[in-house]
Amino acid sequence: MQKVRLVMVGNGMAGVRALEELIKLTPDLYDITVFGAEPHPNYNRILLSPVLAGEQTINDIILNDFQWYEDNQIRLYTNKKITKIDRKNRTVEASDGTICEYDRLLLATGSNPFMLPVPGGNLDGVLSYRDIHDTEKMIEAAATHKQAVVIGGGLLGLEAANGLALRGMEVTVIQFAGWLMERQLDETASKMLQASLEAKGLKFALKANTEAILEDVVNPGHVGSVRLKDGTVIPAQLVVMAVGIRPNTELAESAGIHCNRGIVVNDTMQTYDPRIYAVGECVSHRGIAYGLVAPLFDQAKVAANHLAQMGIGRYEGSVTSTKLKVTGVDLFSAGNFMGGDDCEEIVLSDPGAGIYKKIVLKGDKLIGSVMYGDTADGSWYFKLLRDGTNIGAMRDRLMFGENNLGDTGHQGQNKAATMSMEAEVCGCNGVCKGAIVKAIKEKGLFTLDEVRKHTKASSSCGSCTGLVEQILMFTAGGDYSATPKLKAMCGCTDHNHQAVRDAIKTHHLITIPAVMEMLEWRTPNGCASCRPALNYYLISTWAKEAVDDPQSRYINERSHANIQKDGTYSVIPRMWAGETNASELRRIADVVDKYAIPTVKVTGGQRIDLLGIKKEDLVSVWKDLDMPSGHAYAKGLRTVKTCVGSEWCRFGTQDSTQMGKDLERMLWRMYAPHKVKLAVSGCPRNCAESGIKDVGVIGVDSGWEIYIAGNGGIKTEVAAFFVKLKTSDEVLEYAAAFLQLYREEGWYLERTVHYVQRVGMEYVKEKVLNDAINRKALYERLLFSLDGEPDPWHEQIKAQVDTRQFIPVAVLT
Amino acid sequence: MLQLKIKQQHKLKMKFICQLSEIPQLGARRVTRNNGGEIAIFRTGDDQVFALLDRCPHKGGPLSQGIVFGHKVACPLHNWSIGLNDGCATEPDVGCAERYAVELRGVEVWLDTAAPILSQSALTTTIASNVIPIAVV
Repeated sequence: MQKVRLVMVGNGMAGVRALEELIKLTPDLYDITVFGAEPHPNYNRILLSPVLAGEQTINDIILNDFQWYEDNQIRLYTNKKITKIDRKNRTVEASDGTICEYDRLLLATGSNPFMLPVPGGNLDGVLSYRDIHDTEKMIEAAATHKQAVVIGGGLLGLEAANGLALRGMEVTVIQFAGWLMERQLDETASKMLQASLEAKGLKFALKANTEAILEDVVNPGHVGSVRLKDGTVIPAQLVVMAVGIRPNTELAESAGIHCNRGIVVNDTMQTYDPRIYAVGECVSHRGIAYGLVAPLFDQAKVAANHLAQMGIGRYEGSVTSTKLKVTGVDLFSAGNFMGGDDCEEIVLSDPGAGIYKKIVLKGDKLIGSVMYGDTADGSWYFKLLRDGTNIGAMRDRLMFGENNLGDTGHQGQNKAATMSMEAEVCGCNGVCKGAIVKAIKEKGLFTLDEVRKHTKASSSCGSCTGLVEQILMFTAGGDYSATPKLKAMCGCTDHNHQAVRDAIKTHHLITIPAVMEMLEWRTPNGCASCRPALNYYLISTWAKEAVDDPQSRYINERSHANIQKDGTYSVIPRMWAGETNASELRRIADVVDKYAIPTVKVTGGQRIDLLGIKKEDLVSVWKDLDMPSGHAYAKGLRTVKTCVGSEWCRFGTQDSTQMGKDLERMLWRMYAPHKVKLAVSGCPRNCAESGIKDVGVIGVDSGWEIYIAGNGGIKTEVAAFFVKLKTSDEVLEYAAAFLQLYREEGWYLERTVHYVQRVGMEYVKEKVLNDAINRKALYERLLFSLDGEPDPWHEQIKAQVDTRQFIPVAVLT
Repeated sequence: MLQLKIKQQHKLKMKFICQLSEIPQLGARRVTRNNGGEIAIFRTGDDQVFALLDRCPHKGGPLSQGIVFGHKVACPLHNWSIGLNDGCATEPDVGCAERYAVELRGVEVWLDTAAPILSQSALTTTIASNVIPIAVV
């Protein structure tokens, strides 16, 4: 069968990424030809600044060498500029007359630097800053000349100026606006940036208008100086124009393809000619032309998906952020950082320490941020902005960063650049900075997801995500940009958790196959990530109706014990509110002896853990213990931790142990999106640590205070005050109602803290506190779900425990 | 240079293990042996059976305890995806679990437990990941 002919015009990052994605999806569908105007294979244009600054070489920034094109049977023409598209005959023509036929055409022509139309713009020594050629010319000029002028005080201009200064030139930056990087920074941050660049030796002419570029008197034809409108003359043997870029649409326009400040494409990256796709800086999508790598890669992925005839991807636009790649200058900006009507600003300014942070809020949402000096929280703010997170509850602490909210696992480090190569970044998977840098360089990684896949860093608890993003940034020159969307549940579907929950409810779906059919799952029976989630959504939405599917449960919930690293299990029997007695302890001791259990450990939840039990022994261990399942293995109620309370304690004001027992007896056997832990303290000394629990209860003389959505895990989150109640019956009702709301609305593996952050504390209060009828209904629904639920350790048939799993199916000798 | 001579495929000695119905759909059962580790027998959604050594190539997790989906199993310890057909981890993870010959005779599951299947792809990966080759003569 003859292959379909795909021709790509342009050999830059976005286009080649599209080819890479395409080859991954369908290696044999296309016969691919690429035309590049430059003599080089695909390189990382973002890293030209470090090359100019002498921190990297051209070889370092090559992304796909010539061998790659050969290995993938891609015909590459370098130094060949396509000048004509004949859409009728489906051919492209290069300036040297080469003609090439296509079935599909991919335009990735990038952008052109905008040259100011001033007299003298065509003199020798006047350059743009766009490609390897420009960079080499600048390096050459820096070696022979002394003075340079950079026109344009934006991102690119400053990077160029910094690079030239590092190569020993005296550099003046001419900026038309009142401050530097006016599109990314407010005036305060900009002035701080200016001061630090001045300390590096750069000079600035602000509010300056270039009038003419003048010829050198001793070296005719070559630039000698720049004259401003106010008459000032600045001597310069090199002038770099960095006033902006424009999408390169010349070729597309000449072929009659609709352009409007970019080649206009739809959400599937098709131009008005459906055989012709376009990606990258040359594109205008929903009126926006992007110039940062992450959105362009998103576009590439969508284009590849459609070229591969899969037809499922859509590009829906991106939110972008900026970081300046000048070593020693930390600067971050995203969103609407200037504020405006009905916006509020929170500002921290410490000029002495060189730190400035501003976050802009609108209602309960973060809509913009600009930071100078300390940008460690940039990725966090950007995530809050992108996800539209409700930040009402943490507003007072927002300014102090994510670290302030409690974070562990990387020694409190928050500046990746200062970490040594041996320093551990990901404490879960033991990945050091050097390993991440190496993987990024060798495997050409650009996104957080790619780094996670290849190195495992940040793929477990995620607390080092900010660090990994920083490393990605200065190693690959990536940026924080991302497509704002509710993430799909997993690779089996494009639907997100909320959409799936809604569909299950609306369409009364009660089995996993029914959900998969209705929502058009791409895989026959899901994966290890979506099946447990679906199973939970079904049984929590349709209690007593949907039937639990043990094969869609993680092993711990399938075997009702916790798997350990050596394949043995641990068993934790329930001790109501942490109270036990001689008879239980005696039985535990006998079980430990009888089954030669190697380790007995007291848990943080006031129970006893028996570790190292063979799977074959589990059923008889449960029977001999004759205690209820502790559900220490479940996404569900674990334990209710208590202090001894008023029964014994001389400070106790309430009977916390009894309250704990009542709560635990009400809630045990409750499955939830994630584990649920409660605590009850008998007085504000709070010995049961109620402040870091999903529901924390603290007894005071006049009743009980309820705190919710705390978490003692990866990120320590202090529970927020919810309500003050008088009686223990009320405590039961309010706690149950909150947990039922979480059970019905939480996404699988979302802890209460994240659920409340997502929906907002006000919402939870509205549903549970202010609406008594709804509260009672929630309470009733929880009791209904739990009524008659079996103890899986002692009612195995009713609990659908497949007891065959505990013994081998055959023993061979 | 590493020089390898690979044993010819041994003669299969198939043994009856169980009825297909004794393995849950999208599930697995274990077979214990006197010599060598346990073998996991998997039953997929389309009622095919596969057999692998019950040890994940990553950290030795018991694959029989994982969630079965498509023709893969997710290791219960660190969620590596292992292909049931070739025993190999999904990229970019590297490593393979030994495969055993298993077949359905009507509704009966038969297994050869004498020696793992040697395959070119499994072998190259094994060498690449610096694990001791499974059979060297």
